[in-house]
Amino acid sequence: MKKYAKDYSLQELMVVVAARELRDGEIVFVGIGIPQLAAVLAQRTHAPNLVLIYESGTIAAKPMRMPLSIGDPTLASGAAGIYNFIETFSYLLQRKFIDVGFLGGAQIDRYGNINSTVIGNYEQPKVRLPGSGGGCDIAALAKRVILIAPHEKRRFVEKVDFVTSPGYLDHPATRAKLGLTGGPSAVVTTMGVLRFEDATKEMYLDSYHPGVAIEQIKENTGWDLKISPSVKETEPPTEEQVTMLREKIDPEGYYLKKVNP
Amino acid sequence: MKAENKLLPTEEAVKKFVDDGALVCFGGFTHGIPFALGHEMIRQKKRNLKICKETPDLLVDQMIAAGCVKHTIFSWAGNPGVGLLHAFRRAIEKGIPKPITYEEYTHFIMAARYFAGASRIPFIPISAGIAGSDLIKYRKNLKTMDCPYTGKKLCLVPAMNPDIAIIHAQRADREGNVQMWGIFGSNKEIAMASQKVIVSVEEIVDEETVRRDPNRTIIPGFHVDAIMEEPWGAHPSYTQGYYDRDNDFYIEYDQATRTVEGMETFLNEWVYGLENRKEYVKKLGAEKILKLMVKPYYSFPVNYGYYG
Repeated sequence: MKKYAKDYSLQELMVVVAARELRDGEIVFVGIGIPQLAAVLAQRTHAPNLVLIYESGTIAAKPMRMPLSIGDPTLASGAAGIYNFIETFSYLLQRKFIDVGFLGGAQIDRYGNINSTVIGNYEQPKVRLPGSGGGCDIAALAKRVILIAPHEKRRFVEKVDFVTSPGYLDHPATRAKLGLTGGPSAVVTTMGVLRFEDATKEMYLDSYHPGVAIEQIKENTGWDLKISPSVKETEPPTEEQVTMLREKIDPEGYYLKKVNP
Repeated sequence: MKAENKLLPTEEAVKKFVDDGALVCFGGFTHGIPFALGHEMIRQKKRNLKICKETPDLLVDQMIAAGCVKHTIFSWAGNPGVGLLHAFRRAIEKGIPKPITYEEYTHFIMAARYFAGASRIPFIPISAGIAGSDLIKYRKNLKTMDCPYTGKKLCLVPAMNPDIAIIHAQRADREGNVQMWGIFGSNKEIAMASQKVIVSVEEIVDEETVRRDPNRTIIPGFHVDAIMEEPWGAHPSYTQGYYDRDNDFYIEYDQATRTVEGMETFLNEWVYGLENRKEYVKKLGAEKILKLMVKPYYSFPVNYGYYG
């Protein structure tokens, strides 16, 4: 019998929801923050054989402390291996070893396309953002991608200003035409969990977090968001998961003490 | 070049090998960012540099603010684990202190361009993933083609051959054989892709130390033009096994450089106001140094075998 936690934060909920998306034995391209916590939580609960790989090339890292950047030295000490940059991207990602990648972005549209490059015009940007990094490569080459983002109207937009990392682009067949497989499988937000319809590859609301109204989610989405006929409340974290996060995974509260990601 | 001539003071190496207008490639990926060498370029007022680095980090941000940079080539221009790079943004959004041009790629494309450059082949095909990104609309040098063997769609990326590679690593011998461990980034590839290579290391070691562990060598001495011993030469980034990343410094930098004035104060304090890395380390102070020093965690020796 699962014992659900009564006391948990929004961030803890998001971590747990993301962790549930990971299956035992998968190879995950991990990012810092929620993805890191989710992957470690999954590894210590339902997916002990999960392999964590970072874009800095550290393979099956076993961080002795919370890594604060993707190239943190704690990811190197004790790792099973360390690859050069080109080896990481060609032998692991292009070789299709990566089952799951995590991505976020300043803008996300209904087909799961991500913008992390500019707000406004590319050549005369209003806000210049960091750019792709490995985002585009992960979006194109991982077997599936989980998106993590605060649910805001300015972020969930009808059309992204720039496609940095391809989701399903503009049509369910477009990825295949470009020779791409995979694509986003879930979007974990501060308000709910969204997934993609098989036929249209359009994002729909699959579950709303406890205390959040469906109407509120629609209001914070920049297009007329489809709602699953079987929409439900997001399964809350268990007591075991919350205790694990607080006591073992991020005891200093590097990431969990922030109210919002 | 005679081996002993390779051991140069940082100031001299930068004077001798870094020309205004050069295409300069910095090594390091969060780990081993060559701050000592970059700061010396700022002090020597190098101008019109074209700089390539996957992650420009605080170093290229400072060089932009100091007016050294004309063009940047990158794939992720942020403050790792913290946020955005303010001088970089000011230059691109507002032309402060002067406008810079830039070209951006993905990490994979940057890595592949270095690999092609290192192998002296004109281009390399990679998966057509990039074709789904708007990047391809703005990067005319990225091409797609159908594979002549399988018919599969491919993206072609051109070789990158910088004029000079600037790298920081753990150790080298006097002949310039460079050894590194931890996160490599593209250090091996950018060294081999570039015409000239200068490397700062935490320690110069004797030849036997290198030759007892040849698998750890990332750049052969014959391709290294200058080496210099610069302990703490990568701070505020880190050198694996020598000192930790100064995460607080990255956070403080984010706050301190949000305005042009703040950035100038920073440069005066940490670059212009110091003559060299020794002064920088002194300025860091004993408390900070002790905080960043790391407890040893040795690997076990491996047996290469004595085949005499």
